[in-house]
Amino acid sequence: MHPAFSVVFFTTATGAGYGLLALLGVLGGLGFIPADFWLGLVGMALALGLIVAGLLSSTGHLGRPERAWRAFSQWRSSWLSREGVASVATFIPTALFGIGWVLLGRSGGWVAAAGLLAAVGAATTVCTTGMIYASLKPIAQWHSPYTLPAYLIFAGMTGSVLANALLQGFNVGSNAMLAFALLATLAGWGWKLATWRYNDRLEIPTTANTATGLTGGTVRSIEWPHTEENYLLKEMGFRIARKHSAKLRRITQALAFAVPAVLLAGVFITPWSFAAIASALAAICQLAGMLVERWLFFAEAKHTVTLYYGRQ
Amino acid sequence: MTCLPSHTDKKLGLVIDLDTCVGCQACVTACKEWNTGGHMAPLTDIDPYGGHIDGVWFNRVHSYEHTTEQGGRTVNFPRSCLHCEQPACVTVCPTGASYKRASDGIVLVDEDKCIGCKLCSWACPYGAREFDTDVGVMKKCTLCVDRIYNDNLAEEDRVPACVAACPTSARHFGDLGDPASAISQLVEERGGVALMPELGYKPTNRYLPPRARSERAVKVDAPALEPIKAEGGFLGWIDRMLSN
Repeated sequence: MHPAFSVVFFTTATGAGYGLLALLGVLGGLGFIPADFWLGLVGMALALGLIVAGLLSSTGHLGRPERAWRAFSQWRSSWLSREGVASVATFIPTALFGIGWVLLGRSGGWVAAAGLLAAVGAATTVCTTGMIYASLKPIAQWHSPYTLPAYLIFAGMTGSVLANALLQGFNVGSNAMLAFALLATLAGWGWKLATWRYNDRLEIPTTANTATGLTGGTVRSIEWPHTEENYLLKEMGFRIARKHSAKLRRITQALAFAVPAVLLAGVFITPWSFAAIASALAAICQLAGMLVERWLFFAEAKHTVTLYYGRQ
Repeated sequence: MTCLPSHTDKKLGLVIDLDTCVGCQACVTACKEWNTGGHMAPLTDIDPYGGHIDGVWFNRVHSYEHTTEQGGRTVNFPRSCLHCEQPACVTVCPTGASYKRASDGIVLVDEDKCIGCKLCSWACPYGAREFDTDVGVMKKCTLCVDRIYNDNLAEEDRVPACVAACPTSARHFGDLGDPASAISQLVEERGGVALMPELGYKPTNRYLPPRARSERAVKVDAPALEPIKAEGGFLGWIDRMLSN
């Protein structure tokens, strides 16, 4: 699949934004993170900034963005429509939580309820994003039991690493938040390795034989219907060389998981100023790594239409 | 609504005979010619005389070499929308632009509602949908919905343009939901198959596999050529002696 930057950025940014929003909603609403104006403002601005930038970016690949409002109508059948509805609905409790926690400096009561609802909305939106990909049968690497949990785990992981950086930056970091961010990063690493292992051993029942209805023997493409690349090949025929794929997987592991994990582990034993810098670096490094991870998620996914063009 | 109808009165579709298709591309050009002025018009061509030609087509003919223990053969393979009974391209549509008609099962796009998100083209395993970058909306085969019900055309012309154009009658049109229809009988008789049945889209269109090779067929292999000049040496001498 062609890795369109707008979609790669969209899923990475909104995942991190919703992860951070969910953590702020739960921990802030219940009073585990003290209601502080500047901390709250920066935290909510970061979460909402990532979410809004991501959502705007996602409209960048639409052919007719001025009609995007129509996408809220088909939630009964379409995961993309459900994503749109869930993302907009989440703004309502988020706004209430922001008013209560940031502007009024309160927690508990209705602020906690709004925070929890915002967290539920954030998790729901991430699930709908994951299901858009997990529901596509023609792409075996996406239509797998690994896809939906991956979106949730990575949202929680990037969100918690951002939350830790935020708390460390305001010198109110806690070992619990730090440990959660570190464990989430290790969990994300494990899940990604398991996903790659699963995909590399995938035996796809759909072949050039079933695609053409020609049973038995081999089916070899000898002539394409067109001399130039068409829409199908540009959109779904993206191919990545195995050696680049291996190298990019190593870059993903280093940037998204290994380096952040080492930095976060170091935060346990370093004084505040170093801890804040290391936490911020871990978050930035991880987001860069997740962009590479998401790029590979597209680039390594193979659509059945490529069978018609001779993919084995 | 992008929810699917529970039942369609008819299952209109195509049956394509891979035994008789000669890969002449007549169906491809007839389709383009009709549909660039039809229901989903235009079928935009980008840079048609330049070095990077691109454009929207509803029907593409591939050529394959199918090699089995019985030998190899060339199979020309027209590929277009199969008007599935379970078209995920419809259910993934967030706007209601894609729909399947309850009356005849044809899958269509309402171009005025399409936002061009392209998700339907990802959801189609068959590559039936092509995006029009110029108009910014998705396009697909309409089964010539503007021909098959068109009272202005003579009755024999009320078939999809690809079917009307095929010089070898490799393309057939009809109601695959009616077991008594000529097209259903043809599928029954020739063992017509659905493409990628394992994905569960339940395509309406059927492909008739190439017929088995006949042992009675005329041998068309050319005889081995005579050597131009006899070899020298002992064998050459024998050859010359025997040729006298």
